[in-house]
Amino acid sequence: MSYDTVVVGAGLAGLTAALRLSERRRRVLVVARGVGATHLAPATVEVLGYLGDNRVLSPAASLPALSNGHPYGHVSVDQVTTALAWFCAHTASLGYAGSLDENMLLPTPIGVPKPSAFAPRSMAGGDVRNGGRFVFVGLRGFKDFHPMLIADNLRHARLPQPIETRALELEPPASRMGDLSGRVIAGRFDTQNLADWLVGALDGRTDADERIGLPAVLGLRSGDAIWQDLEKRLQRRVFEVATLPPSLPGIRLYQALANALRVSGAHIVLGVRAVGTRAVGGRIEAVEVANATGTVTYPVTSVVLASGGFASGGLELDSFGTTRETVFDLPLIGLAETDRVRFAPHYFDAQPLATAGVATDDLLRPVDGSGNPVYENLHAAGAILGGATPWKEKSGTGISVVTGYAAAEAILAPAARPVPEAVG
Amino acid sequence: MNSLIRDSLDHCVKCTICETFCPVSQATPLFPGPKYVGPQAERYRGAGASVDHSVDYCSGCGICTQVCPQDVKIAEINSRARAKMWERRGVPLRNQLIARPTVIGRLGTPVAPLANWALHNRTIRGVVQSVVGIHRDAPMPSFAGKTFQRRSRNHHGPQSAPAVVYFHGCGTNYYEPLVGEMTVAVLEHNGFRVIVPPQDCCGLPLQSNGNFPAARTYVRRLVDHLAPHARAGLPIVANSTSCGLMLKREAHEILGIEDDDLKVVSESMYDLCEFLLHLHDRGELRTDFGSLPMTVPYHAPCQQRGHGIGKPALDLLALVPELQMIELDADCCGIAGTYGLKKEKYDISMTVGKRLFDDITATGSDLAACDSETCRWQITHGTGVKSVHPIELLYRAYGLDRPTRAAPLGTAATVSG
Repeated sequence: MSYDTVVVGAGLAGLTAALRLSERRRRVLVVARGVGATHLAPATVEVLGYLGDNRVLSPAASLPALSNGHPYGHVSVDQVTTALAWFCAHTASLGYAGSLDENMLLPTPIGVPKPSAFAPRSMAGGDVRNGGRFVFVGLRGFKDFHPMLIADNLRHARLPQPIETRALELEPPASRMGDLSGRVIAGRFDTQNLADWLVGALDGRTDADERIGLPAVLGLRSGDAIWQDLEKRLQRRVFEVATLPPSLPGIRLYQALANALRVSGAHIVLGVRAVGTRAVGGRIEAVEVANATGTVTYPVTSVVLASGGFASGGLELDSFGTTRETVFDLPLIGLAETDRVRFAPHYFDAQPLATAGVATDDLLRPVDGSGNPVYENLHAAGAILGGATPWKEKSGTGISVVTGYAAAEAILAPAARPVPEAVG
Repeated sequence: MNSLIRDSLDHCVKCTICETFCPVSQATPLFPGPKYVGPQAERYRGAGASVDHSVDYCSGCGICTQVCPQDVKIAEINSRARAKMWERRGVPLRNQLIARPTVIGRLGTPVAPLANWALHNRTIRGVVQSVVGIHRDAPMPSFAGKTFQRRSRNHHGPQSAPAVVYFHGCGTNYYEPLVGEMTVAVLEHNGFRVIVPPQDCCGLPLQSNGNFPAARTYVRRLVDHLAPHARAGLPIVANSTSCGLMLKREAHEILGIEDDDLKVVSESMYDLCEFLLHLHDRGELRTDFGSLPMTVPYHAPCQQRGHGIGKPALDLLALVPELQMIELDADCCGIAGTYGLKKEKYDISMTVGKRLFDDITATGSDLAACDSETCRWQITHGTGVKSVHPIELLYRAYGLDRPTRAAPLGTAATVSG
């Protein structure tokens, strides 16, 4: 099968790039070793949560502070806005709420308020910025959600307005399924009307001005509809709170994007591995993909590398201290000097390899040490990009969506693309 | 290879992605999930006997390995652990029986009418369930009577054309010889001479039922028949996606067969639709398709996805005028070869398949397409909808049915149960 573009990686960045290309009638093949971090992350879009130790109130206002070495340094605020509007429009089944102008503060599974620009509307009610009264409701036996921990930690969090929290635990109706996983509970919401039980179990146990935080397991196929139904029937503001992995909202997001890709005619092949290229004169002519039998060569006109960072295997640190990009062996930035230790003594210290990744030009093409594109038709997106510290900045999902979209745009209209305004 | 599969468990970061995809652990508490049973429990499986027998409830669909972003060979670890367990406990008679399709085929074929009557007889099936342990409702195909091997002996195709070797598998031979004839017709229509070597079971059912030594014997015997052709540089095509995958990868990866003959067969092996799509990519596939004004839901079986070749059936069928294919996204039909035949697993397999059955029923179509024969039988069993290999649609679109006025679509197999 001939494709215009091969996208390496099926995480948020790869799926975004693939869908943007596919809806513009490019023939797209997504190849990936497996599913990406969508299944683990809470599906909220963190564009920029922290600059240094300072919490960012408005990503739109703070993005220009990032230098050209940062992935956001290659895109203008307008492009970020366009990319996120496109993303929200293409994930309508999750109904993303939010804005680039102000971050929400949404509770994490351990009760830390996390700055997020956009969130599925079923989660957006958990915004604690304006204070108020919150009750977090757990399900006994579900080990990936701890309402008391969330309530306690939020009470001690640094918040702009006072907050009142408490925890409740309910005993879900007996199930023949032994272990209560989020996936199993979501299945029961989808097929067994667990919402009816929940409404009954919460009857008279909350005040009218309390918001009810539930673990984000309110169904997989019909999560948004079940959340709407619960809000109506409980007559309270109800919201889903991210759980420990797996993430049901993340799976909903993956399925929304994968379904959209399927409908648009793109192909996703999982369990295979992009292993190299055939290149002529600085241009990739074909991508080599290892599958069950051997290596298949797909001729292409462009390639998007969205293979992720260390966690996803896009980057690799071997036991001799060498860091490499695993698909195309691209030049990397952010590497520790060879005579220095590769890990800081404390986990949350500034880690020497935290910003490792590929450097790109403004078309998101990986560049060599002199700033020239390694291949004229290779673009990179997501966590493989160097120069960011996503876990600390709270920028990972935002970078994935924005650069995935921007890489697709660079492929669609390289000539017509306006020169980005200097962001930094 | 043994150690490569086992060593892959060190790559597991406990991310739970496999758990969210596993169709079996969502259907039954008896299987605690691929992460627990695979990379986690494997650490405790030393030389001694494992106290945990839940690995027997893994259906072997392989979805866990496909979605694992860290390359952990979860399904393969489970398959080997299952074999180890049965090696110690002794593979039960039922599993020995249903894992030998050639034996069943040879017994049933000469007495096909009688055997088919028995397969459809509720009382007999009830007795078989109690005595043997095959669920009385499980889908069983009907014996065709005359095998594909026998039919192909009387077939005289073109002699001078480039040759392709056809690995038809047991399902085609004993139950669906018409699928074999359609495959041959489509290949000949595209200018090939089709060689049908004598062939036996690929050993996959024995592998899934934990009898590795017997499975290896079958692989070797089959490879002996196929290797000379592969060495002569001929492509081998398989219409059974699971048997094809067995020779492409699993006989080496799971059974641990290190063998030059197997290697050359693996490298020459193509799934039928994969092969035809390659022809199309090279501009060599005939596209004189007539219209098929119909809408057909398509399910890519788990083992088909294990090939890592995309969904070539859909790309091929997109070439047929007026034919609309609906790509289904349910993961598994539940049957997993012989899994859903077992009386203790039948209900699980039907629960697993429910999503697919519902999606097919929702399309309102009276026909479904799927590459794998046991999955087709399960789909028909679960939905009442006839189910065809994609080759049957291509055959029909080429108009190859006209000279012989073949039976209507979907009559290649009759499924009981």
